[in-house]
Amino acid sequence: MQHGKYRFIVGFLALPLGLYALFVVWPFIQSIYYSFTDWTGLSPEFKMVGFDNYSRMLDDDIFWKSLQHSLLFALLLPVVTIGLALFFAFMINVGGRKRRNGPVITGVRGSGFYKIVYFFPQVLSIAIVALLFAFAYNPDSGAINSLLRGVGLDDVQPLWLGDPDLALWAVMGVLVWSTVGFFVVLFSAGMASIPAEMYEAALLDGANRVTTFFRVTLPLLWDTVQSGWVYVGILALGAESFAVVQIMTTGPGGPDYSTTVMVLYVYQKAFRDGQAAYATTIGVALLVVTLAFAAVVMRLGRRERLEY
Amino acid sequence: MGSTSAENHGTEGVGRRDLIKRSAALGLISVPTMSLLSACASSGGDDSGDKAKAGKKTAKNPLAVNDTAGMEFVLFDGGFGKEYAEDAVKIYEKNFPQAKVKFSATQKIQSTLQPRFNQGTPPDLIDNSGAEQMDMGVLVGKNQLSDLTPLLDAPSYDDPNKKVRDTLRPGIVEMGQFDGEKVWILYYAYTVYGVWYSQKALDSLDEQYPETWDQMLAVCAKAKKKGMAGWTYAGKYPYYIPFSLYPMIGKVGGREVLDAIDNLEPNAWKHPAVKACFEAYYELYKKGYVLKGTPGLDHIQSQTAWAEGKALFIPNGSWVENESANVIPDDFDLAVSAPTGLDSSDAMPFGTIWASGGEPFIVPAKAKNAAGGMEQLRIMLSEASSKNFTGKVKSLTAYNGGTDGIPLTPGLKSGVAALDKAGENVVNPRLQDWYVQLQKEKIGVSGLGEMMAGRLTPAEAIKKIQGFADEAAKDDSIKHYKHQ
Repeated sequence: MQHGKYRFIVGFLALPLGLYALFVVWPFIQSIYYSFTDWTGLSPEFKMVGFDNYSRMLDDDIFWKSLQHSLLFALLLPVVTIGLALFFAFMINVGGRKRRNGPVITGVRGSGFYKIVYFFPQVLSIAIVALLFAFAYNPDSGAINSLLRGVGLDDVQPLWLGDPDLALWAVMGVLVWSTVGFFVVLFSAGMASIPAEMYEAALLDGANRVTTFFRVTLPLLWDTVQSGWVYVGILALGAESFAVVQIMTTGPGGPDYSTTVMVLYVYQKAFRDGQAAYATTIGVALLVVTLAFAAVVMRLGRRERLEY
Repeated sequence: MGSTSAENHGTEGVGRRDLIKRSAALGLISVPTMSLLSACASSGGDDSGDKAKAGKKTAKNPLAVNDTAGMEFVLFDGGFGKEYAEDAVKIYEKNFPQAKVKFSATQKIQSTLQPRFNQGTPPDLIDNSGAEQMDMGVLVGKNQLSDLTPLLDAPSYDDPNKKVRDTLRPGIVEMGQFDGEKVWILYYAYTVYGVWYSQKALDSLDEQYPETWDQMLAVCAKAKKKGMAGWTYAGKYPYYIPFSLYPMIGKVGGREVLDAIDNLEPNAWKHPAVKACFEAYYELYKKGYVLKGTPGLDHIQSQTAWAEGKALFIPNGSWVENESANVIPDDFDLAVSAPTGLDSSDAMPFGTIWASGGEPFIVPAKAKNAAGGMEQLRIMLSEASSKNFTGKVKSLTAYNGGTDGIPLTPGLKSGVAALDKAGENVVNPRLQDWYVQLQKEKIGVSGLGEMMAGRLTPAEAIKKIQGFADEAAKDDSIKHYKHQ
């Protein structure tokens, strides 16, 4: 019964593909087109300028700084976030000691509570999180420095967001705090689907927690980890880094451009400086970086799928 | 997808926005057609066909407003609120009962209006202000604004024998010009910049506001002994420092120094007056007279610390009285002073202050009812409307006078006194409206901010800032201006 099969498939795919083309592909194509013009974003008039915007971008110190910061975000944030989330998820689901009459595989004491605590930041909008931390980082009356004073560290009063050496790390810390919970829950779900017999077998063989994690949990969770990796990397390059940098270090992206990221620079060029065409040029660069990031992660992460 | 021919008409930005909006409503099938239509509609040259016909010019209607044409007014809803504009709109509606006025207030000026400029259908009057201010240089450069000369030459609302331009405070008309005679912007509010402090705190130290830098250091030393920092500033937005630093440079070295800086002349920042003032400010940091942690504070946080009495002085503009109203104690006795100079050899006398227009109002070139927009501005520049504004939001307006008979708050009173004292000695550095990125990010955050945090010496800061200025002078992607 192959009759009409293709018509059937086409019928189902046309609408979603059409929407995708209209709302995703077409804007990309247009952005690339605009990057070759001198469009200001404030008037309908513009003309083609060839590669002017691109050569300007290559000479632009702030662009390079923002690229550097964005790459740092894309490389470091997934490592830290995923690493922490794996650790927490493992401890919550597998890492506990066996209790009398309890199941063989169990999380640490109070794991249900921890799960909620970790997930909690996820229900807050990133804007709220950023604002809260902007107050906490206030060097004069913020929670963090007050805490330091409270424990007697009167001399250790960092400027946090006001210090070019610290600002980027302070911002990154907030992103980690706010995204880890999501991955704890995601990985917990993944771990729940790993058959308990595997762990029991490992335990009988005398494996400790570290071995169990690296020999059983991680390989079986690899697919989830990999998608999480790409996901958090793209978040780090895009929306989330923009929100925290724009809200917390406000305006120009930290003292001495220490926290400027590519998305923020795109935004500033398009909506502050009236240089929409140049902004799209940086946007194209961001597209290239994002695609390259996804490709590299997929390529490096490729390994045999384990069936169970 | 759709018609790409639109690109050749240079209206694609319009086409796409329209396309997305309408396609969502009408479904995919109509998209190609709609995009073709919208492209054609807006590529047909100027929209002169839509413009309202001129009305009859009378003594009461000197701008010849068509009394049946609609008028649309978009206001920035910021520190001054929207009530003052609504009151003025009521007067317009009373004068032209048949005209339909569409008034709206938003904080998102750019996101609301950018598409409409691209489409060629902007409103008739805009208060282009706030964080999402549209770049004036670009708007002027791309012929998107109307020349406001007819408004300035029209009789004023109160006195038919006086032109509107003669009722304005000094500098307002010039600020609206870019290069040449045409006036593109009318700044409605009038801001006094300077050093803000609590008269009560100063009295408690048995001190007067210091006129020379030695006195300034002495006052700060005295304050420090009482556990109070001398200064604080918006550390995350160090471009507040110029509010007192630039007029000080002007006072020490003369107006020409500030003009040279605005004109991006080579080595403008290497003038000895600049160096002397930078060193004076750096000394505040070195002697520990700046509130600890200041570089990590934003404007609200620093203003709060200052209002709580943790620091004596803060460089700011006259909006601070309204903005910090809820943290300033009742007996604070807010006052503003012209910046302290170096000593008696300064080029300009003590009292030299920075004051200039705020809240830029524009009438788009493609407005349907430009005359109506200008008439609305003429109404706002009447004495009654100006008083209404000052009484409501504690700020002066571009209208010269209009403070008699209304109760003035301490800060406002002190601002009026400072202006009286300054007389002719009002300076108006233009970097912040001509070169936004240069002023805010480069000079402000990367230069002054770093210096005041102690991470650059004055010499290094000057070198860095001169480098930024030279870069901006060479950059073709930004429009350059000169003092006339």
